[in-house]
Amino acid sequence: MSVVTVQLGQCGNQVGQELFGVLRGDAEEGQRKTYRTASWERFFRQTAHGDVVARAVLIDMEPKVINHSMAKAATSGRWKYGDASHFSQKQGSGNNWANGYCVHGPRHREVVEELVRREVECCDRLAGLMAMMSVAGGTGSGVGTYVTQCLRDVYPKSFILNHLTWPYGTGEVIVQNYNSVLTLAHLYQLSDAILVHENDTVHRICSQLLNIKHISFSDVNRVIAHQLGSVLQPALTADSHGVYSRNPLGELVSTLACHPEYKLLSVCTIPQMPSSSIAYSTFSWPGLLKHLRQMLISNSKMEEGIDWQVRPPVGSERTRSLTGASFNTSLANLLILRGKDVFSADTGGFEDPALYTSWLSSKEALNLWKCPVPFNKYEKSATLVSNSQALLRPLDNMVGKAWNMFASRAYIHQYIKFGISEEDFLDSFTSLEQVIASYSQLC
Amino acid sequence: MTQSVVVQVGQCGNQVGCRFWDLALREHAHVNKKGLYDEALSSFFRNVDSRKGDETACGVGGRILHLKARAVLVDMEEGVVNEILQGPLREVFDSTQLLTDVSGSGNNWAVGHMMYGSAYREQIVEKLRRAAEHCDCLQCFFLIHSMGGGTGSGLGTRVLSLLEEEFPEVCRIVTSIYPSVEDDVITSPYNSVLAMRELTEHADCVLPVENQSLVDIVSKIQHMSHGGKPGQTIKRDSSIISGQGGLSGAEKPFDAMNNIVANLLLNITSSARFEGSLNMDLNEIAMNLVPFPRLHYLVPSLTPLYTLADVSVPTRRLDQMFSDAFSKDHQLIRADPKHSLYLACALMVRGNVQVSDLRRNIERLRLSLPFVSWNQEGWKTGLCSVPPVGHSHSLLALANNTCVKPTFMELRERFTKLYRKKAHLHHYLHVEGMEQSCFSEAITSLSSLIEEYHHLDASKGRLMHDAPRLSICR
Repeated sequence: MSVVTVQLGQCGNQVGQELFGVLRGDAEEGQRKTYRTASWERFFRQTAHGDVVARAVLIDMEPKVINHSMAKAATSGRWKYGDASHFSQKQGSGNNWANGYCVHGPRHREVVEELVRREVECCDRLAGLMAMMSVAGGTGSGVGTYVTQCLRDVYPKSFILNHLTWPYGTGEVIVQNYNSVLTLAHLYQLSDAILVHENDTVHRICSQLLNIKHISFSDVNRVIAHQLGSVLQPALTADSHGVYSRNPLGELVSTLACHPEYKLLSVCTIPQMPSSSIAYSTFSWPGLLKHLRQMLISNSKMEEGIDWQVRPPVGSERTRSLTGASFNTSLANLLILRGKDVFSADTGGFEDPALYTSWLSSKEALNLWKCPVPFNKYEKSATLVSNSQALLRPLDNMVGKAWNMFASRAYIHQYIKFGISEEDFLDSFTSLEQVIASYSQLC
Repeated sequence: MTQSVVVQVGQCGNQVGCRFWDLALREHAHVNKKGLYDEALSSFFRNVDSRKGDETACGVGGRILHLKARAVLVDMEEGVVNEILQGPLREVFDSTQLLTDVSGSGNNWAVGHMMYGSAYREQIVEKLRRAAEHCDCLQCFFLIHSMGGGTGSGLGTRVLSLLEEEFPEVCRIVTSIYPSVEDDVITSPYNSVLAMRELTEHADCVLPVENQSLVDIVSKIQHMSHGGKPGQTIKRDSSIISGQGGLSGAEKPFDAMNNIVANLLLNITSSARFEGSLNMDLNEIAMNLVPFPRLHYLVPSLTPLYTLADVSVPTRRLDQMFSDAFSKDHQLIRADPKHSLYLACALMVRGNVQVSDLRRNIERLRLSLPFVSWNQEGWKTGLCSVPPVGHSHSLLALANNTCVKPTFMELRERFTKLYRKKAHLHHYLHVEGMEQSCFSEAITSLSSLIEEYHHLDASKGRLMHDAPRLSICR
């Protein structure tokens, strides 16, 4: 079963290009044939000429990034994008969500739907759609939201996963908080699950774990691609009966996003280290899993600076607060283990009911995927996709800043110009406050 | 890539415009080694094949045959435009882009705006349309004019409202030269205030430039080059007042000052013309820097003013460049943004500067710069990899800051001094279409603009609490 990816805006296209590079490279490295076949089938197809083409559609409102991504893919020699699988215009969206959602989106709806349809038709069976975009700008956020809406209309029974990149807190775009609020509020109704990477977090991984001195966006994108790849590559699931799962998006969504008010998923991967050091390091499952578990409960997104003092609350201590205990309650978790000796790894630590809310038994809340094939050069690696309070604080900050700006009505005229009203803003704020309240009260 | 059209109106507008085209050609010649007509060139120039007689435009990618500026030149006197057409830039313009008359506007805004504005409306629109049609994707109109005279001020603002009528979706960025206090045109306060109203209502962004600031910067540079300390000689042709290397020969009196404004325009459009790791499109400038529609006056500052002859550029000098951008000596109007309130700020960096340098300097500087409470992180940044000629890197800062308030208040005072005594009013009221209410409405518009800035200023320093959030009932 295949996944069709739609890459939107500068960020979506840059991250997507890195992602396909990782997926292709990982599967090729002398791995077992079933794994390779499953991965290729999921993400690539072969043209009549024998070219390996990614199952992807590239969308942007200006041409530079798409041209660059397509060229970069082609130079790898191992895969490329379909020659006709892209669409761009001449002038961007000007960092304006309303321009993307109300003007560019509808204007180019047919072309985009056609491109996606062609890619979907090349799939024997469609596992689902993944839209990749950022929330800070105008195209990824605005056009991306509109396109997600179209996909929902055209493929009502398919799974739609949105991968979002959240911007640096200190900002590159002044109106990024408005764009983010509008995007998240709308996507919450349209998407099955929203998988988030934050630039700040990934930047820290690059500087502290990977020891990169002058961090560029390529470095950041490569980390995101690695983490996303480790989620999406084939794995054996509880339902897949000994073969690689044929319904990865469906299983991800149904295990994690089991309640419509809780759709925000965060990712962390362990280990992450400079590629030059990997060969000299050995890992053990107990060590990796212990760190990963503590990363989960202390809400630390990487394996440095983990707060080991944080412990799951005992029974009566459970408190409901946003700023209170630093313990991160989970609704559901998906643990993906890849590499050597996976079947002997002990994941009991993640089954502790204290980690979870009381609605689901820990058996239901923890899901386990395993794959004996090492991922992307790491002999052993563990990835945790988590529906928990991990994104609560960044979300709250984002909404708080946007609300402050909205209170003065600053920049609102720029959005009204293109068809978004103050009411729409208020609706979006209300939806997100609802999400924030829901997550804060998880216990 | 998108294209922009420059509309230069009046004597000052055309002289500055002329310097802009000269320096633009110099800049592109510096970068474009292969003689190919690339996307960067096409943003301001058309490539025509004049051998074919009917001037068919050539697409991007071919060799440069004959470059024509995407410009419309308007003046109600012939002197300046004729000089351009006889000078070395004559090949860059053709007669269809020009609109001239003989008698001038007599430093009278009403003559420019009402009389000529109506008489030439059709022709102006036609020329603008033609320039727009030559563009694949027109993104922005740049209007260059002065505020104190008659043509630039009056007819220029008429052109501005025509641009809004005919091309409502195209961004309008106006570079306005404000008169000094000791301006020799007595009626310049009238002209300026009447024009201000039009700018407030019809422009998307205004880049105000004061003559006095330009004079100060020029004398500072000349002082450095003549009397500087030993070991601190300025590298040849590297100052922002230098026009050397362009087509024009000897420098004329206002050239040094006009070169500064030309450099401003080159820097603001650099990201639209050249590649960079963090592009800042022109429509993003308006989007991020204009939080309220009328408060669109962006104070420009350019650094460095010159490059010293010794070549090594330690990081300290790079950081110095960022600090200078906020000092009052580098602003193009007489203002001190550091001591007023920032609504938003854009930094456009050119040359070999990394994202990490940019972020480091912003972190360093933001502590000492007062930003309005709801926009504490109000920074918009752009990185263009091509530096300007003669420099390894440069920075243009555009600040939406309440420091424009004193400038406007001074202008209002000069206006009121004249208006109280009804001095020279009859010259204006004689013009058809002009009434006393134009004056009173203009001064009201200016007063309410000043009031809006004042209101924001009053919030400075006050501890602003976060707005109470929506609460959700469960």
